[in-house]
Amino acid sequence: MIAFSNVTKRYEETGDVLRNVSFEIKRGEMAFLTGHSGAGKSTLLRLIAAMERCSRGQIIVDGEDIGLVKESQLPFIRRKMGFIYQDYKLLHDRTVFDNVALPLIIAGYGHQEVSRRVRAALEKVGLQGKEKKYPLALSGGEQQRVGIARAVVNKPPVIIADEPTGNLDPDLSAEIMNLFRQFQQVGVTILIATHDISLISQMDNRVLKLDHGQLVQS
Amino acid sequence: MKRVNKNRIKKDPPIKPVKQEHKQTSEAGGTFNDKVIAYRDLHIHALFSSLARMIASPFSSIMTIAVLAIAISLASCFYIVVANIHQLTGSIETSNQISLFLKEEVSDAHAKKMVENIRSNQNVQSVKLITKEQALEEFKEYSGFGDAINAIKKNPLPIVLQVLPKNSLYVKQGLDDLLKGFKQLPEVDFAQFDLQWVDRLQAIVDVAQVFASLLNSLLAAAVLFIIGNTVRLEFYSRRAEVVISKLVGATNAFIRRPFLYTGFWMGFISGVSAWFIVTILMLILRGSVERLSGLYDGTMHLLFLDFTETLFLISTSSLMGVLGAWVVLFYELKSAKS
Repeated sequence: MIAFSNVTKRYEETGDVLRNVSFEIKRGEMAFLTGHSGAGKSTLLRLIAAMERCSRGQIIVDGEDIGLVKESQLPFIRRKMGFIYQDYKLLHDRTVFDNVALPLIIAGYGHQEVSRRVRAALEKVGLQGKEKKYPLALSGGEQQRVGIARAVVNKPPVIIADEPTGNLDPDLSAEIMNLFRQFQQVGVTILIATHDISLISQMDNRVLKLDHGQLVQS
Repeated sequence: MKRVNKNRIKKDPPIKPVKQEHKQTSEAGGTFNDKVIAYRDLHIHALFSSLARMIASPFSSIMTIAVLAIAISLASCFYIVVANIHQLTGSIETSNQISLFLKEEVSDAHAKKMVENIRSNQNVQSVKLITKEQALEEFKEYSGFGDAINAIKKNPLPIVLQVLPKNSLYVKQGLDDLLKGFKQLPEVDFAQFDLQWVDRLQAIVDVAQVFASLLNSLLAAAVLFIIGNTVRLEFYSRRAEVVISKLVGATNAFIRRPFLYTGFWMGFISGVSAWFIVTILMLILRGSVERLSGLYDGTMHLLFLDFTETLFLISTSSLMGVLGAWVVLFYELKSAKS
């Protein structure tokens, strides 16, 4: 589902952030991406999201070579992935409903379909009845769940999470992980970047470890 | 969830991006009709949300629109001034008629002989003699100085021969040669093309028109820059939204849309305001122009912006709003990778 082969990302200022990274995550697999700060986790995720292009190598997501996709077609690639962030990246001037509805509106869904799917997604993450609230009126855990609802509302085959539990206490983290496992069970491919070792050790999943831009464990 | 993913598994082999797009849209919300409605709703939403956003910060919106409206109304004023002068000069027909003012000592009888001579010139179509008396009558009638003229004992006006050259002789050189010939006649005191001043006035008006067009281009550029800059600031203040929309798969067209509508609204509202400014200015001016016109037999009527011109004003300013926004967004989206 996600395949890197010999991927290198070089920045003019800092040099190689990723060097010869190769791995493959199969459809329906859930994997952790770990490593010290600055090891290149975020860069790797940004490459998958096609927010940046790799300097060398090949990245294939859902059978498509991202490097060959035209700029104008990248949005359609991104719609196949749901992204979850440590800082939630919610729009504070919009309600929970509008935040979750954004991917659907962008994809051009009709009014009723949007409404139906948003409600289903909110129910899935346990936020039914909070549609009209604004993100800042919610707790951290709830905001993260809004972010997750937004990531899955479009039913993407891939979910990418960047430190999804970074700001949450262990109980909430476990809850969020539980959600991820439920998604995995229905066939979604999930890649979670985290440096929360205890979290990883609680779960029996594959771990990709980056060290100074190189994959040392996969 | 399950159903969709089973479908995905069946569609495993690589699919070209173009097909992918098709798949995406066909997935998105049912029938073609639904999608058209969804697309229309997007536009309507963008149209009103951008207006609502402008209303939400009334102070800066009003300031920007005031500047734009003043620039646009200045351009409109230049246009109206030129149009009015045009109307004034356009009513005076240019002609090639030449007037020969004869020396004072030339008698009526001699003048009649001259008329015969000139008439025999092959380049001349007709000649008309205006005697001193006829000229005086005419002058009294039209100038309004009748009483003053009566007070003068001696008629100060010369005999005038009005020569109309043949139409075939429209080449400037030929006309000039003819005029030069008349000037050399010993009886002729002074010869000139009639209404030559109209030509000159028209040349001046042409210069004014070109100048007004240049100024209007500058003002149009100013409008574009102001709208562009305002949209750019708006773009930066909504950067989070842009980045998030991009992350969840928004196309550049989607991101651009609300900003283009902001540009549209600014242009449109400024155009309408400019129309009001111009109309108020014209109403203030009307009184004095009509008084002036009264002094010149009422030949001049103040031209306002007519319906088509109003439509042009408002649609052009709206279009410039969209254009200014579009140019800025084009560069911002190109340079902004997330």
